Amino acid sequence: MNEIVTPKSLGLSREDLPNSYIGRSVPRPNVRKLVEGRATYTDDVTLPRLVHAAFLRSPHAHARIVSIDTAAALAVPGVVRVFTGADLAKVCDPWVAVLAHLKGMKSAPQYPLPLERATWQGEAVAAVVADTRAAAEDGVAALAVAFEPLPAQVDMETALAPGAVVIHPELGDNLVFTRTAETGDVAGAFAAAHRVVEATFHTGRHTGVTLEPRSIIADYNRADGTLTVHHSTQAPHMMQNVFATQLRMAEGDVRVICKDVGGSYGIKVHVYPDEMAVACMSKIMGRPVKFIADRFEAFGSDIHARDHRIKGRLAVDAEGRFLAFDIDDLTGIGPYSVYPRTSAVEGNQVVNLCGGPYAFANYRCTTTVVLQNKSPTCQYRAVGHPIATTVTEGLVDLAAEALGMDKVALRRKNLIRDDAYPCTSPAGMRFEGLSHHASLDKLLEMVPVEKIRADQAEQRKRGVYRGLGFASFIELTNPSPFMYGIGGAKISAQDGCTVRMDPDGSLVALSGVTEQGQGTEAILAQIVAHGVGVPVSKVKVVTGDTQTTPYGGGTWACRGAGIGGEAALQSAIALKEQILEVAGAMLQAQAASLDIVMGEVVDKATGQVRMPLAELGRIVYYRGDTLPKDLARELVQTRHFITKEYPFAFTNGIQASWLEVDVETGMVKLLEHWCVEDCGRVINPMLVDEQVRGGIVQGIGGALYEHCIYNEDGQLLTTTLADYLVPMAAEMPDMHVGHVETPTKESLLGAKGAGEAGTAGAPAAIMNAINDALSPLGARVLAQPFTPDRILRALGTIA
Amino acid sequence: MNRRIDITLTVNGERVSRSVDTRLHLIDFLRTELGLTGAHTACEHGVCGACTVRLDGDPVRGCLVMAASLDGSVVETIEGLSDTGEIRDLQEAFVARNAAQCGYCTPGMLITAAEILTTAPDASREEIREHISGNYCRCTGYQAIVDAVEDVLKARRTSEAA
Repeated sequence: MNEIVTPKSLGLSREDLPNSYIGRSVPRPNVRKLVEGRATYTDDVTLPRLVHAAFLRSPHAHARIVSIDTAAALAVPGVVRVFTGADLAKVCDPWVAVLAHLKGMKSAPQYPLPLERATWQGEAVAAVVADTRAAAEDGVAALAVAFEPLPAQVDMETALAPGAVVIHPELGDNLVFTRTAETGDVAGAFAAAHRVVEATFHTGRHTGVTLEPRSIIADYNRADGTLTVHHSTQAPHMMQNVFATQLRMAEGDVRVICKDVGGSYGIKVHVYPDEMAVACMSKIMGRPVKFIADRFEAFGSDIHARDHRIKGRLAVDAEGRFLAFDIDDLTGIGPYSVYPRTSAVEGNQVVNLCGGPYAFANYRCTTTVVLQNKSPTCQYRAVGHPIATTVTEGLVDLAAEALGMDKVALRRKNLIRDDAYPCTSPAGMRFEGLSHHASLDKLLEMVPVEKIRADQAEQRKRGVYRGLGFASFIELTNPSPFMYGIGGAKISAQDGCTVRMDPDGSLVALSGVTEQGQGTEAILAQIVAHGVGVPVSKVKVVTGDTQTTPYGGGTWACRGAGIGGEAALQSAIALKEQILEVAGAMLQAQAASLDIVMGEVVDKATGQVRMPLAELGRIVYYRGDTLPKDLARELVQTRHFITKEYPFAFTNGIQASWLEVDVETGMVKLLEHWCVEDCGRVINPMLVDEQVRGGIVQGIGGALYEHCIYNEDGQLLTTTLADYLVPMAAEMPDMHVGHVETPTKESLLGAKGAGEAGTAGAPAAIMNAINDALSPLGARVLAQPFTPDRILRALGTIA
Repeated sequence: MNRRIDITLTVNGERVSRSVDTRLHLIDFLRTELGLTGAHTACEHGVCGACTVRLDGDPVRGCLVMAASLDGSVVETIEGLSDTGEIRDLQEAFVARNAAQCGYCTPGMLITAAEILTTAPDASREEIREHISGNYCRCTGYQAIVDAVEDVLKARRTSEAA
């Protein structure tokens, strides 16, 4: 296992093995179209007879829909048709987002448009279809919808209290899911502890803000009964199944096409009622319908995430050894669990991941998931990880202070030893192989801690408060069916790749994983080029079409490289064997004596060129008559891959943040940021670094700026990019990224995921750095985002 | 209520005449009337910069300019700048540095970044960061973009010195 031929493994130079691409920073071939404005995002697609949809959205957090008068809207020039919930329910079955393995989970049926009640401000209530988007919006403005406002359940803390508004009376209460688990003797460990630290943390509800908003064109063709959906999505095959199931169609009659996607980060892997409505309207009208969310709609209808209150306790002994963690997580998820991943997974992951990097024996956790009249929440980049890391690392820093120990030394004492694997955490997570200590060592090579501490002390004398914060983390990648499949969700954990050789010797790889800018297509091309033995420029990659690519799950939960990449490698290796068998027959040589290097069949022993692949292709495709009759000559191979040994391939890493808090204004200035992570085999170092950097900045966003703020009536106050702040270039620090490589033994490729590591650790590192900066002033912040307001309140500057 | 106005302007070096709705924005004019889909809409209220194009030589927000006001104007988009090769070096630097991930912000980012190449040839990293702060990118974390612009500034200084 894990014996990929690379120049390093053979003791050779890059020049000796020129088509060795695994581990090499190759620029992404598809960036060129991006920089020339030649990409094809969903809104760039136009079709004959295309009409445009706009939605009337509920202005109330909770309201009965009394009546919808469409006459004035239908009179607007350009308006073609108006749809209500009842119209769409005739062609679409409702969905209920629960997973069977989350015992006792419940949620209410959800329709494309609600039938009786709107349950969050921003929920689509009626749709207008017109010949332009502008006319459709005119139609929406002319719609007369009478609402009867109802009391709203906004605060998650009171969702289960007596007197709470029960959002779906048929469910009995607002409890979606709760789980308590205990390992070891938690009460005993706390009773015997030398020190116990505890704190209550809040993570701010925020959202993904994909610059390309959610986008869809549904095109139902009555003539052949097919539905073609152009969709900005991460999971085309999953959506194919969802459209077919809900619209009562055969799966084979639905095709989902996903070209370029303008950012996803988990936002575009869910079933959105307004998008389902578009499919319904197309089915009813028999013509293509386009819907592109605008920014206001995006803030109120894209999934939100991370709305958690977490109480945490950590017990330590006199030597600083961790004895027990006790975690109580509460999250409000809006009025519906989101289909099909559900909105209970985030809370479940928080309690699965708390304490994750550390060796300790006793663990108790509770997660409680409740309904509220706010936008639905679901999985967003690094699901649960930044929350768990914030709680864990916040408690670790508190423990260090309580013990009077150095924060790095305390971490080193408790991080799981690098030779302790395989092992299982008290939360039940199985680790195949991690590198916390090697990662910490590497981080300390990169972070000039002594220099920073000297500067910190010097600056404090001048009234300048700087802080250094650390955060170790684990990250869940390469999920098996244990994540969703066992719960009954039709979400594929396996993925496939077909690689074929065409007559000119070029290769085409068709993959079930998808590209949203991570570089999926680039790494697949590298892997295939490496596996077959051709220049990477000879490989074209096709993704994002359910009718042509092998069935797969798409790209989410850091599975593109680890799952899709292994399928690509295995199919490339199989194709190479097939090519060499044909070449052996042509050259009257043993296949085993031949190799393929840079697109040419060579003699393995001498490196002498025997035949270019283009010549082999010419003969196979045009002069097959000259080949032995019984020779298999299909120059195409497909392999699928699924992980089998471990439910997830965990990765690990550690981050450090160095920043300055202006104690007059409460503003945080980020000075420098470091991350060392171990994603197993690095396929393209540049792309991994960029994933980590982009992830860090999204983590910084949640830590410092991004917040979906609601008032007490459930009105979302942050519905523009002027109100909802995202990181800008001038505020961001330079980020230093280092790697430790512990390949997973589950695959030949050995790759694990890298896309969420940055987001997982950054908020905790920043929180600890801010609190390190504020420590001489006796102030501490535990509620994200760490805004100037909150910092000044912590300092007592404002009340 | 929706009056139409006739405009004739130059877009990417070509003369274009259209009768436009008075409420049509430049970005929608480019995308829907002319099929120039390189510039993107993302916030539609002038914050994010994804719709940045050049109007009479200056970067503007396509979502804040009314098409009806453009009679006699000169508009350049990423498609035009790609055709002329004016920012070829900047585009190559973006490719080399992977300064684009999903690419949605990229055309606007390039047009904004191109401005600093001529207006502040000695710009520091901080000045580059400040200059592009009106263009949001959700994928890269900006560092690769700053690296790419810095590379081009250095290369242009070197080639001028030579």
